[in-house]
Amino acid sequence: MAHVEGQQHPISVYLKIWGLLFVLSAMSYAVDYYHVESYLRWTLILLFMALKAGLIIAVFMHMMWERLALVYAIVLPPVFVGVFIIIMSLEADNTLFSRMTFFNIGT
Amino acid sequence: MAEQTLTDTAGSVSQPEGWDGIVADWSSDQRAFKNVPWGKAMMWIFLLSDTFIFSIFLLSYMTVRMSTTVPWPNPSEVFALSFGGEPIPLILIAIMTFVLISSSGTMVLAVNYGYRLDRKKTVFWLLLTALGGLTFVGMQAFEWSKLIHEGVRPWGNPMGAAQFGSSFFMITGFHGFHVSVGVLFLLLVARKVWRGDYEHQRKGFFTSRKGSYEIVETMGLYWHFVDLVWVFIFALFYLW
Repeated sequence: MAHVEGQQHPISVYLKIWGLLFVLSAMSYAVDYYHVESYLRWTLILLFMALKAGLIIAVFMHMMWERLALVYAIVLPPVFVGVFIIIMSLEADNTLFSRMTFFNIGT
Repeated sequence: MAEQTLTDTAGSVSQPEGWDGIVADWSSDQRAFKNVPWGKAMMWIFLLSDTFIFSIFLLSYMTVRMSTTVPWPNPSEVFALSFGGEPIPLILIAIMTFVLISSSGTMVLAVNYGYRLDRKKTVFWLLLTALGGLTFVGMQAFEWSKLIHEGVRPWGNPMGAAQFGSSFFMITGFHGFHVSVGVLFLLLVARKVWRGDYEHQRKGFFTSRKGSYEIVETMGLYWHFVDLVWVFIFALFYLW
């Protein structure tokens, strides 16, 4: 018989997280449904997104039970994506500024 | 069985935790990722690379949306759907989100019953997960044909900025492809569990290595990742 070693946790944990993900999805949909606008909208969307992503990674993908050597090897590299986002949003602002300055003359 | 012995040894020796644990794991001989089968470690590294691919798609979408002088089409209206009455905003996307999250939940149950060596229940939940994936892809196909019918193309659309179409087809297309491949592999794993491959130590046709129920968990990692990517697409593309 094959020896089994892996992530085993009570099913009730998964069911609770599943329910929580449903609630969070419903809430992010409600943001759109009730036309919440501007900064409140973006804050809420990002908040629900981060919570959902965190729950999926931590519980469904068992990251909270793994050894730190693996956790940091996988979770830290995406920090570079954050740096890239900052660089590209500066670049996009610059492009928009150039387009408005040089393409819209006379309009 | 050499691999099993290794796993056992790594599990039974007491290992330091916290920062000491990180230093000890990474400076040790043989393997940095203790207590984790190699297939699972490799799946995590693949998912990390996939994270970068999807990040770059979403980044380029952010860049074109921020820099265009033409107004961006309102996703809430573009993806609205009416069932005879008033159009309900984003309703199809909301249903797709719930379907995908549910299939993630059934996948977790499949992994759990796999470790309990309950073959029938594992197969049942795996097949239900695959069904959820198929439903999702089906609704996406419906959404694509609806948008194409309304004149949305990668190079332009009647609602606003031309970049809307290219971002939409690229991002959701790549994600839908991931879901489709996932469904295929779910069915393959379900077949192996059904035959009892992981209990009879039957060798795989491609790798000719013996599998175990850890493969169900590795498959689960991929499936949850697909769900994870959708969380970001839903927030940043559809809701923004």
